[in-house]
Amino acid sequence: MALLQLDKATIRFGGLTAVSELDLAIGNTDLIGLIGPNGAGKTTAFNLITGVYQPTSGQISFNGQSIVGSKPYLITARGIARTFQNIRLFASLSVFDNVRAVFHLHLRGDVRHALWRGRGYHEEEASIANRVIELLEIFQLAKYRDEPAKSLSYGDQRRLEIVRALAAQPKLLLLDEPAAGMNATEKVELTRLIRFIRDKFQISILLVEHDMQLVMGICERIAVLDYGVKIAEGTPDEVRRNPKVIAAYLGE
Amino acid sequence: MNLNLRHAKTGLLGALALCFLVTLFSKFINPYWLYILYDIGINIILAVSLNLINGYTGQFSLGHAGFMAVGAYTAGVITNQFGQLNAFASGGVFLGALLAGGLMAAVAGLLVGIPTLRLKGDYLAIVTLGFGEIIRVILQNVDSVGGARGYSVMHGWTNFFWTFGLAAVTVYVIASLVNSTYGRGFIAVHDDEIAAEAMGINTTKYKVSAFVIGAFFAGIAGGLYAHSKQYITPGGFGFMQSIAFVVMVILGGMGNTVGVILAAILLTLLPEGLRFLAGVQQIPGVAKMYPLSWVGDTRMIIYSLLLIVLMLTRPQGLFAFKKRQR
Repeated sequence: MALLQLDKATIRFGGLTAVSELDLAIGNTDLIGLIGPNGAGKTTAFNLITGVYQPTSGQISFNGQSIVGSKPYLITARGIARTFQNIRLFASLSVFDNVRAVFHLHLRGDVRHALWRGRGYHEEEASIANRVIELLEIFQLAKYRDEPAKSLSYGDQRRLEIVRALAAQPKLLLLDEPAAGMNATEKVELTRLIRFIRDKFQISILLVEHDMQLVMGICERIAVLDYGVKIAEGTPDEVRRNPKVIAAYLGE
Repeated sequence: MNLNLRHAKTGLLGALALCFLVTLFSKFINPYWLYILYDIGINIILAVSLNLINGYTGQFSLGHAGFMAVGAYTAGVITNQFGQLNAFASGGVFLGALLAGGLMAAVAGLLVGIPTLRLKGDYLAIVTLGFGEIIRVILQNVDSVGGARGYSVMHGWTNFFWTFGLAAVTVYVIASLVNSTYGRGFIAVHDDEIAAEAMGINTTKYKVSAFVIGAFFAGIAGGLYAHSKQYITPGGFGFMQSIAFVVMVILGGMGNTVGVILAAILLTLLPEGLRFLAGVQQIPGVAKMYPLSWVGDTRMIIYSLLLIVLMLTRPQGLFAFKKRQR
């Protein structure tokens, strides 16, 4: 059974059908790419999965349960975390706190814990701090732990956003154009990073990306959207040769 | 500037004990200054609680005086039901009345918190402003609490222990909350609501909680105010009062608890400190033909000018010494 299953998911904004009857299945530890020309509905598909938009019709299920109608924060709690096309960090919080804020998902105690400040609270906060540092160290961000997130370089901010998403301990990670604005060297680095995350954390990754080289290089399967319709799906080689895909990108 | 919270609970107990001690000797303090001290404590509670809403959570509320009014009238009406009590019983009744005032204000906070789910920035400010005005107008028209004439509160139970003890409790609660992993959510909502929601933070719950908690403490401050002045009027909880609290938060540095406490102290003392101007009659040694009695009238003008200068020179907050860190 697939981890994430989209079944004829459709969303209309007035007269415009942004995503039309999209079928997509993502299994455990899959690394799947979602590509398409500008305005094809890739980010909209992301927003459907994360609950920002509700599908007009169709079904979306995660781990065998429908997530249609669920609020975004509940979907994250179930195990889908995402990054954003234009970085959205908690700018005034430190690097450490950006990641720590997400750990409230794994808190055992509630607010009363924080107010009483007993031993249980301090132990839990200490263990969270350890886990945050551990994550930051994996991604070489621990040295910036007390810097405000906004002071990081662009590449580091992108990486921090991924770390923050991983702090939610997701089963599925959605990356929305992670290579946007990166130079060639950074892209090579990113490719390695994405593979590493999949192997290290044993999670599935769905990648929306413009950069063909990157997508073709790391994805095992690629789905192509054009005008909200899935026109092709298959291995990178199959997709590359598909005449419909060539037409969508280059015209007939 | 961050509070070091490692020994927060010890600090709180120490502060309470100290407040108790000072209270025992408060009859040796000049009553004029004693009442200014009460004002300082009350304003600290108001500014620190508003800081949770405006500073940390980033919701622009202009209705804090409204919450204060709810607490003041609730507590005042409750204690007025009691006659003279001994020290012990009065303490119990007073605490109960203050808590009841806080709870009523918290309910009001819940009512205002709900529209915040849809509104942001200026729009939210207008709604909260309207709310504060509604409270004031309602109180003005309820005859059983004196209407526009105001309401006398029989018992002057506010003392140093209650004001500063409860100020310490307020600071403790809000600082502990915001500095916990749970409480980072308030700042996450402030920084980026969409990202916060995507990171599993229930933004609705955080925004409403900020209003409810902030209003609760404003209500308690209102109760203290009522039992310090012993006479409250709806006009005393107007829009300008709310603005004064917002100024304290901005001047202290949004989301900087220590700064906001210092700003509350400074802004309470400043108008009092400028009272010496009223004593200026003439320049010593200069002929009486140049009377200077008008100098006293410039007190509030100078106060406003000082505020403008402070805001121009330290827009990041008067007490933000290093890079803003939270």
